[in-house]
Amino acid sequence: MSESKKWDWDTSEELIATPSEWKTKFARVQEPYVGPDGKKVAAIVRNEDGTYTACVNGEAWENTYDNMWNLKFGPDGRLTAIVSEAGEWTLAVDGVPWENKFAYVWDTKFNEDGQTIAVKIQQDTRYGVAVNDQPWENSFEHIGKYVMTPDGQHVAAAVQAVPLREAEVFKFKDEGTWTVAVDGNAWEKIFTNVWGLDCSPDGKHVAAEVRMGLYDYTIAMDGEMWPEKFNCVWEPVFRPKTSEALATAPVRAAGKWTLAVNGKPVWDSKFVQCWHQTYSPDGRKLAAIVAPSFGQWTVAIDGKLWATTFNELVQDLTFSPDGKRLAAIAKDDGHWKMVVDGTPWPAMYDMVWPPVFSPDGSKVASKVEKGGKYTIALNGKPWRECEAIWNPVFSPDGKKVLVRSIEDGKYYRRIVPVSEF
Amino acid sequence: MAVPATKLKEKKEIIDVGLEEGAARLTYEKIEQVINRVITGEMAARMKVYVDTCIHCGMCSTACHYYLSHGTPEWAPVGKVKQTMWEILEKKGKVSPEFIKRASIIASTECNVCRRCSMYCPYGIDIAYIMATVRRICHLLGVTPQYIQDTAHSHSATMNQMWVKEDEWIDTLQWQEGEAQAELPSLRIALDKEGADIMYSVIGPEPKFRAQLIYQAAILMTAAGVDWTMPAGPGWDNSDMAMFTGDFEIMGRVKRTHFEAAANLRVKKIVMGECGHAFRSVYDVGNRWLGWKMPPIPVIHATQFYYELLKEGKIKIARKLKEPVTLHDPCNIVRGRGLHEMMRYLVNATCENFVEMYPNREQNHCCCAGGGVINCGPPWKTKRVESNSIKAEQLAATGVHICIAPCHNCHGGLDDIINTYKLNMHTMFFIDVLMKTMEIPDSLKA
Repeated sequence: MSESKKWDWDTSEELIATPSEWKTKFARVQEPYVGPDGKKVAAIVRNEDGTYTACVNGEAWENTYDNMWNLKFGPDGRLTAIVSEAGEWTLAVDGVPWENKFAYVWDTKFNEDGQTIAVKIQQDTRYGVAVNDQPWENSFEHIGKYVMTPDGQHVAAAVQAVPLREAEVFKFKDEGTWTVAVDGNAWEKIFTNVWGLDCSPDGKHVAAEVRMGLYDYTIAMDGEMWPEKFNCVWEPVFRPKTSEALATAPVRAAGKWTLAVNGKPVWDSKFVQCWHQTYSPDGRKLAAIVAPSFGQWTVAIDGKLWATTFNELVQDLTFSPDGKRLAAIAKDDGHWKMVVDGTPWPAMYDMVWPPVFSPDGSKVASKVEKGGKYTIALNGKPWRECEAIWNPVFSPDGKKVLVRSIEDGKYYRRIVPVSEF
Repeated sequence: MAVPATKLKEKKEIIDVGLEEGAARLTYEKIEQVINRVITGEMAARMKVYVDTCIHCGMCSTACHYYLSHGTPEWAPVGKVKQTMWEILEKKGKVSPEFIKRASIIASTECNVCRRCSMYCPYGIDIAYIMATVRRICHLLGVTPQYIQDTAHSHSATMNQMWVKEDEWIDTLQWQEGEAQAELPSLRIALDKEGADIMYSVIGPEPKFRAQLIYQAAILMTAAGVDWTMPAGPGWDNSDMAMFTGDFEIMGRVKRTHFEAAANLRVKKIVMGECGHAFRSVYDVGNRWLGWKMPPIPVIHATQFYYELLKEGKIKIARKLKEPVTLHDPCNIVRGRGLHEMMRYLVNATCENFVEMYPNREQNHCCCAGGGVINCGPPWKTKRVESNSIKAEQLAATGVHICIAPCHNCHGGLDDIINTYKLNMHTMFFIDVLMKTMEIPDSLKA
C-alpha cells in the first residue's frame, strides 16, 4: 500500500507498448508479464541467434543469455529473470546479472517491499539460498520450502542436513535427515521430515511442520517440538500483532482436523479437512478453509462455518485490510465463483483469480475468465472483455482501480473509477 | 492353466531387510494395539460387510493371475484374505511378528490390488481394499518391503518417487526442451505458466529414466497447439507409492501438493502421462483421503487426452504402423476408469493390424507389476515374474511383436515377463506410437 501511494493515479489511459509487434523483432516471444504499477510490460524473447533476453516496453535488455526463465516483477517494480551463461546460472535484476554464479538457481522470492530478493541455489551438489547476491555460508544435502520475513532480514528453509544413501530406510525414519536452517544456520534437532514453515512477523521465531519417525507429526518452533503429537499436521502460520510467538496449525487426530495454537486446540469444531488458516491483519480473527463433511467445502471463521458449502474446492482465503470481511474462491459443479462473507457473486466463471479488497474493505475485485476472455469484476460487476488482464489494484483512497490489460495486441495501463464498474 | 511357475526356478526364501528388521522390532502388545486401533478407528463399515458377506466360494480364484500361474489355493484372493485379514480379525490382533511379516509379504508382493477378483466375486467384494488395509496395518507396524518403503520416503522428502531434486527436475525439462527444439523450433515446455489451459504432470521415473517421454509429450502438445504448462516445483509428480504402502498421510500430502500446484497455476485441467497407479491415486484414493469427492481440478489420463485430440482433429495421423500390435489394458484405467474403448479407437487410428489379446478390456490379466509390487524391488523380481506365467501365455498367443501398454508399471512388468519367457516382443507407450504415426505440420518443423 505504501508503495502504491507513489503511483500515477491520474492518467486515465496510457498505451504502454504493443507486445504483438515484438514478434517482428525477435524469433520467439513468450507470454507477457506486467509490473505492479502497470508502467512496464515484459516478456522473455529469443533472438535469431538462439540467445535469450527480456523485452521491456519494446526494448530488449542489453545482455543476452544462453537460457532464461521465470520472469518476475518484484513489489518495487524491478524485473528479475533466472539466466544462464556458459553453463552457470544466476539471477538477473533489471538486466544485470548477479556477480555470483551457481550450478543452478530457482524459486525466486521477494520480501514485502521487494528490496530483498532470494533464490534457491545448487553448487557442487550442495544446496542453499542466495539473498541479494550473497549465498548462505552453509550448504546442505538438499533444500525444500523456504520463507522470508516481511522485512527481508531473515530467510528460513527446510533443509536436508544429513546425507542418505540409497534405500537406507531405517536411517531415514529412525535418525532423520531434515531440519530447518535460518539464515543458513541449521537447528540442532534433526527430523524425519520438515515441510512447510513460517517466520514470525518480527523475525524472531520460525515454526515448521515436522514428522518424527513415520507416524508422529507435530510443529517444531525454534527447534523444539510441541509436546503434542498428531496423526498429521499442515503448515503453521504465526499470529500477527502480538508479542507472543503463537504458531497456529491444522492438526489431525482420530481422523478429524481442527486448528491448534502452540499445540492446544483452539476450535471445538472438527472437520474432514482444515487448511490454509489465516489471521486477519490485526490478528484477532482466525479463519480456515474446511470440509465440514466429505466432499463439501466452505470457510470457518473462529470455528463458525459459512452457511454455504461448495462441492469441489475453496481456495485463496483473503481478509480485508480491516479484518471485517473475508473472501475466497470456490468451485462448485464445475463453475468458479467469488464468495464474499459466505455469499457467492451471482456470476459464475471459467476461472477466478484471488480476491482483492479495497483499503476500506467495502469493495472486492478480481480478474475473471469466461469463454476465453478476461475482465475485472468488481463487487460482481464486470468491466469490458480483454485478451489478457492482470489482477486489479485499488488506489489508496479506494476510489479508483488500476487495470492492466491487453486489447488488440496493445498493452494499456488504465485508471478506472470504481463508479465505471 | 499356465505352467506352474515353480518349475521355472526353485523357490528360495527372499530376504528383505525392511521386513526382517521391521518384524524384529515388534512385540505382541504393539501388534495388538495397532491392529485394534485400525479396526476401531480406521476400518470402514465396508470391511465388516465384506467379511460378513464372503461365502468362501472361491470364485475369485480364477480371477487372479497368481493363482492361474501357480495353481494352488494359497495364491487365490480368498486364500490371501484367509491368511491375513480373517486371521487378524478372528484373533482380534493377537498375532505374532512372524505373522505380520508373512502378511506383509502376501499383501505387498502377492497381490497387485488389481481388482480383477472383485468382478469374479458373486458379491463384488473389493478384495483389493482388504489387502490394502493389511498393508496399512503393516505400515503402522513398520513392516514394509525395503524398496517400496524407500520410495515412500522419497515421496515424503521430495514429493516425487525417485528422489529427484528440484533443480534436477527443472534442468531435465530444459534439457528435453532444448533437444526437442531441434525438431520443432517453436516448441516450449513452459514452466509455471499461470492461466495455461492444461497442467501436464508425470511420474518420477520420467525425468529419472524415461526423459524421452517428456520430449515426446512436448512434441505432441506443440503439434496439437495446446496451451500447456508444467510446475517448476513440487507437485509435478502424480505418482504415489505411499498409497500402496498404506502411508495414507504421505499419500494425502503428495496429492495435496499435486492438486494445489494445478490450482495455483489456474489451469482448467490436469493431463497426466501414461501411468495407471498414479491415475488411481489422483482420481480415486488420494483425493478422497483429503476430503475431495472427485479431483478438484479435472484430471484425465493421457490416453483420453490423445483420444480427444484425435476426435477433435487437433492431431492427425499421417501414416499407420504396419506391424501387428496388441494392447494391454492397464487395471487402473480400465477397471478403474473404463478407458478401454478409447484406447481401441487410438490403436485402430494409428495401427493397421490390431490383434486383441484374450481376455481383454476389464477382463485383462494384470501385468503383476502394479499395486506397488514392482516397487518392492530386486529381491522380489523373480517371484513376481514367475507369478505371472499366465500373462506370458496370453502375450505369446497374440503372435505379435509389439505390445502397447499405456502404463509405466505395466511396461516394467511386461518387459520382465517378455525377457524371462523369451517372447520376442517389445512394449510401446501410445505416445511412442503417435510419434511414429502423427502428422507434424510443416510450419512447425525446423
